[in-house]
Amino acid sequence: MNGLRVIFQREINAYLRSSVGYILAATVLMLDGLLFYTQALGPEAEARVSGQVLAIFFYTTSGLTVIASLVLSVRLIAEERQLGTQVLLNTSPVRDWEIVLGKFLAALVFITGITLGTLYMPLMIVVNGKVSIAQILVGYSGLILLGAAVLAIGVFATSLTRSQLVATAVGAGITAVMFLFWPLSTVVDPPMSRVLSALALHGRHFSGFQQGLLHTRDVFYYLAVTYFFLLLATKVLEAKRWE
Amino acid sequence: MIQLTEVRKYFGEKRALGPVSFEIPPGGAVGFLGLNGAGKTTLLRILATDLRSSTGEVEIAGINVATNPHAVRKKIGYLPETPPLYRDMAVGEYLKFVGQIKGLSPDRVDNRVREVEEYTQLTSVHDEFTQNLSHGYRQRVGIAQAIIHKPELLILDEPTKGLDPVQVLELRGLIMRLKEEHTILVSSHVLTEISQTCDRVFVLNQGELIASGSEDEISANLSGTYRIMLGARMAPDTRAEDLVHFVQGLPDITSVEVVQQDDQLLTLSVQSPTDCRGSLSRSLVKSGHDVVRLELGSNELESLFVELLGQKVN
Repeated sequence: MNGLRVIFQREINAYLRSSVGYILAATVLMLDGLLFYTQALGPEAEARVSGQVLAIFFYTTSGLTVIASLVLSVRLIAEERQLGTQVLLNTSPVRDWEIVLGKFLAALVFITGITLGTLYMPLMIVVNGKVSIAQILVGYSGLILLGAAVLAIGVFATSLTRSQLVATAVGAGITAVMFLFWPLSTVVDPPMSRVLSALALHGRHFSGFQQGLLHTRDVFYYLAVTYFFLLLATKVLEAKRWE
Repeated sequence: MIQLTEVRKYFGEKRALGPVSFEIPPGGAVGFLGLNGAGKTTLLRILATDLRSSTGEVEIAGINVATNPHAVRKKIGYLPETPPLYRDMAVGEYLKFVGQIKGLSPDRVDNRVREVEEYTQLTSVHDEFTQNLSHGYRQRVGIAQAIIHKPELLILDEPTKGLDPVQVLELRGLIMRLKEEHTILVSSHVLTEISQTCDRVFVLNQGELIASGSEDEISANLSGTYRIMLGARMAPDTRAEDLVHFVQGLPDITSVEVVQQDDQLLTLSVQSPTDCRGSLSRSLVKSGHDVVRLELGSNELESLFVELLGQKVN
């Protein structure tokens, strides 16, 4: 566990000191604010009830969370290989899962921080409309779970290669395919449609969070996707460590 | 300390190393010498647990590297050809990070960072970002990270590569001091580097170990004879020819050659199938001569190396 703690601390410090972290945070918050203004407070807003405005906010924020998670995660291991620092981790008494989990948790904390930076928007809805704090908490839980799943996909992608470009392509490809499962599920027949909708990264599993409804099924799904890809990343790192 | 048995490494179809077998006892410095592509880095990476051998067994401090790499990693410090530095970290912060991932407890790590910085003369750059350091300082930080957890085995891959002559001298001094506390493996294709810092030399060529031993042992094995440099102040009324004749008549001496004569001081190059320096000095002193120099001869590593490679090619 010592390795995990030390790697987590290093990564967090790296985010706080790199301009990339701040640029990403600023971009996400700016786009989120603009989207909130145009989508939720736009000309059609008056016709909507507060719950709908909140659902639209979580929907648009989920898209930005996915992109930010990918951007953040694809450098995690590929960059170590590019800079030649992977050899330090490889020859240190630190386990592969500690490397993967330490980096993942640091990225998750950073993404959570950026996501919580949008909190003023739903609070405006609370002040001016009728939504409960619980609805907001559920929505944010969904965003963080979705972010964790996409981060895990990105960590897996970055464990495969030393090129951040290739890692981005692989990570974005897996995420896109898992997003497409949802629209695909609506045009194919059962049982395939049920399988695809159960595996879809967005749509069925996120819509509950969007509406303020907490289903253990959805929580379990995101945790399972996160665990699966982190496990894959650990196995890849294990195999590549001695390559 | 280290035992290698029939170790080979293949990259695809290409054999990069082996078969290599040797044993290295604890203490001192061992040099790995070879041209570029001889397999030095591959061998050191295997010993540093960065690379798995394709066949054979590697044991470090009695632990099998393949079955228990984690335990081995606690006992080694490794400086690869390019020091593994995080550019966004200051020197002190980086060394603290490395100390912690190498297993130092949080209450010990700060003191150890200070010690290592003093030892490697990095105190003045404690707060400097590693990306702003000169090449020489980066190498020193690389050595500092390798010794921060006091490893039993220190592996340095081409530590003086790219350094200017002054930096080379400084780093050589540092390695000499480190020899007192660690078993050190150093690779280099610079012959003087190995010659001046190492007690034992392994010569690699095209992935194979073609010679091992001290510089003198390699020299003796190669020619089948020991070359002894003898400096003697001749007894009064003795001529140089008399002394040469006297030495030639001693047991185990195959040839004697005058290297230099300066009044009564005579320097001879003596060939013998054995290291007969003891009997040689006793005989000379008994005959009234003073022995002012007696050492195994300077078949310099450079010429040995060229000769070894020449033999291999032939």
